[in-house]
Amino acid sequence: MAWPACLAYALLSLTIGENSAFAAAAEKTTLQIGFLAIEKAPAPALSNREATPKGLGLQGAQLAIRDNGTTGKFLGQSFRLEAVVLPADGDALRAFRELVAKGVRHVVTLLPADRLLQLADSPEAKNVLLYNVGSADDHLRNEACRPNLLHVLPSRAMLADALAQYLVRKRWSRWFLVVGPREADRHFADAIRRAASRFGARIVKEKNWTYSHDARRTAAAEVPLFTQGADYDLLLLADERGDFGEYFAYRSWKPRPIAGTQGLTPTAWHWTHEQWGAAQLQRRFQKHAGRRMQPEDYAAWLAIRAVGEAATRTGKTDFPPLRKYLFGENFALQGFKGQKLTLRPWNHQLRQPILLAAPKALVASAPQEGFLHPKTTLDSLGYDAPESGCTFAPSKDGKTEN
Amino acid sequence: MGTRQIFRNTVLAFLLALPNGALATTVYVSNEKDNTITVLDGQSGELKKTISVGQRPRGIVLSADRKALYICASDDDTIQVLDLKTAKITHTLPSGDDPETFALHPNGRFLYVSNEDDNLVTVIDVEKREAVAEIPVGVEPEGIGISPDGKWAIATSETTNMAHWIDTKTNALVKNVLVDSRPRYVAFTPKAEEAWVSAEIGGKVNVIDSASHEIVRRIGFAIPGIESAKLQPVGIAHMKDGPWSFVALGPANHVAVIDRKTYAVEKYLLVGSRVWNLAFSPDGKWLYTTNGTSNDVSIIDVEALKVRKSVATGRFPWGIDVGP
Repeated sequence: MAWPACLAYALLSLTIGENSAFAAAAEKTTLQIGFLAIEKAPAPALSNREATPKGLGLQGAQLAIRDNGTTGKFLGQSFRLEAVVLPADGDALRAFRELVAKGVRHVVTLLPADRLLQLADSPEAKNVLLYNVGSADDHLRNEACRPNLLHVLPSRAMLADALAQYLVRKRWSRWFLVVGPREADRHFADAIRRAASRFGARIVKEKNWTYSHDARRTAAAEVPLFTQGADYDLLLLADERGDFGEYFAYRSWKPRPIAGTQGLTPTAWHWTHEQWGAAQLQRRFQKHAGRRMQPEDYAAWLAIRAVGEAATRTGKTDFPPLRKYLFGENFALQGFKGQKLTLRPWNHQLRQPILLAAPKALVASAPQEGFLHPKTTLDSLGYDAPESGCTFAPSKDGKTEN
Repeated sequence: MGTRQIFRNTVLAFLLALPNGALATTVYVSNEKDNTITVLDGQSGELKKTISVGQRPRGIVLSADRKALYICASDDDTIQVLDLKTAKITHTLPSGDDPETFALHPNGRFLYVSNEDDNLVTVIDVEKREAVAEIPVGVEPEGIGISPDGKWAIATSETTNMAHWIDTKTNALVKNVLVDSRPRYVAFTPKAEEAWVSAEIGGKVNVIDSASHEIVRRIGFAIPGIESAKLQPVGIAHMKDGPWSFVALGPANHVAVIDRKTYAVEKYLLVGSRVWNLAFSPDGKWLYTTNGTSNDVSIIDVEALKVRKSVATGRFPWGIDVGP
């Protein structure tokens, strides 16, 4: 342990010693939680993108570790974050092995889907849980699901369904879909098509945006032409990196709003969200990180809070009881979204309301009123049990095959 | 008819206007998004006045002598003291950051304040106007309840999910009771035998025995046609001399009436939307509810268990207290 950390613990135990309510501190156990991220390779700026947030995900993890610690001091539990942030070409598998060798059993990951699967399938991952906070890929929740993998970030299907519910409720159900050139854009477009057919919207026109140039100076000429000759209610953009989507606002041939990856966007978290006590988390995050909370920060916060909640409720810090609790019926997380967040047993996706946000205002949240479900309306978002392509045995009561 | 006669008639008419000759009651409501306090007549529901106060007023409580109102002005990081006669803020109290709500010790002297951002409960001496203790509790302390005998203060922490029992003599934590998810409010029963804690996300009221500090009961709710996720207990009010306890159910827009002996839910009363806090009239005959998103107060006839009236307030009515 590095000496500053030692000092921090020493100080902590001093303050704790003064109060009899912290008696359990004597037999304190420490739970290590890993955080493993790969920085995204910087892309050539084709638009006026905002600066990449510093410590994406990591800052949320740090805040959650602190929150866990505040709770833990009443129960004689402490939490330590083992964070590894690798450059774009870093060896995630090696870093993961090193974490496991240190005794880490819970690893929050901000990784692309393929690297995440590499970790999940490694022999070291046998008695480890991985908490995905970096990939929205639907195939990770379906064919490529793994029993040792939990998805805290919502999937693209959940995001698209949330948006579709709102648009259909507004009766803006004729969509012009614009798909970017990247794989992620195609995945997002797939989710949008699926949402349209689920909720009764129609894609009346679909076009690929294939231009590879910087559209900043040419958008006024190109976008009207690109959107001409179709009748639709709104433009749905699939541009996850943010290369061109913003230029469609106010430039289309017809006066139509934009939604999808730009304009009205579905998201796990947005800085304007303040309902259900969210203002508290936003404020604490801002104070800690000096910037706004992003969806990845929120997901990392939730992931570590989930581990903390399992430790609190079971009174344990060793792996088997925590895993059992997380996959059991009593697991529920408070996530500032007005209702409890729980795990889908069929693919380990965290159920959660989705926010629909304009750049500077929260517009709505989904599930929207009127979209019903026999069990929980949260399962009207994303792949429900009967549609799931995930075939691991549903983990009820902790009986996970792993 | 002489002047004297007119005066007498006026007084008589005034008295007749009050049902059963009850004393006047005044309802104070904090409006979170308007930065105001709404003052209502407790019987007629008539708006008496609207007073501008600090930013984001939430918890409010009357002073022991009922002459002043303490107001958590959350975004001003202070507690304001409003003189009710002049409707002016006379001074502020040092509350620590972001005071959300508080409770006044029965001795009228100490305010126990929850500071959400700092995971602290601050104890303020209202006479000396200074903080006398800071008690570290769990993450996001919210509800504060003080037992009627003055012995205990409880703070509930929303993210830690505990009810922290504080001995008011020493202001030290004595016990931390793990409760259901997101505890929002705590209210002791009139004789202090039990503390009721509402768990908003857990959907239950946890009844904690004051002697053993153990949870002895979990009260759940069910209303046909309302999704269980919406049944989120928040404000709690116990009748002083009577069988009922009332629990506001937030976005379910109902108040549950619970038999305090059997813990059975007797009835659900439909009120305004996102019902939050509850307060009785001093004579215990009326119960007032703040309805956050319909911007009104519902007035419940406690004897009949019927909602009699809704009265408009400012935007996002939150805290409530009732005085003479």
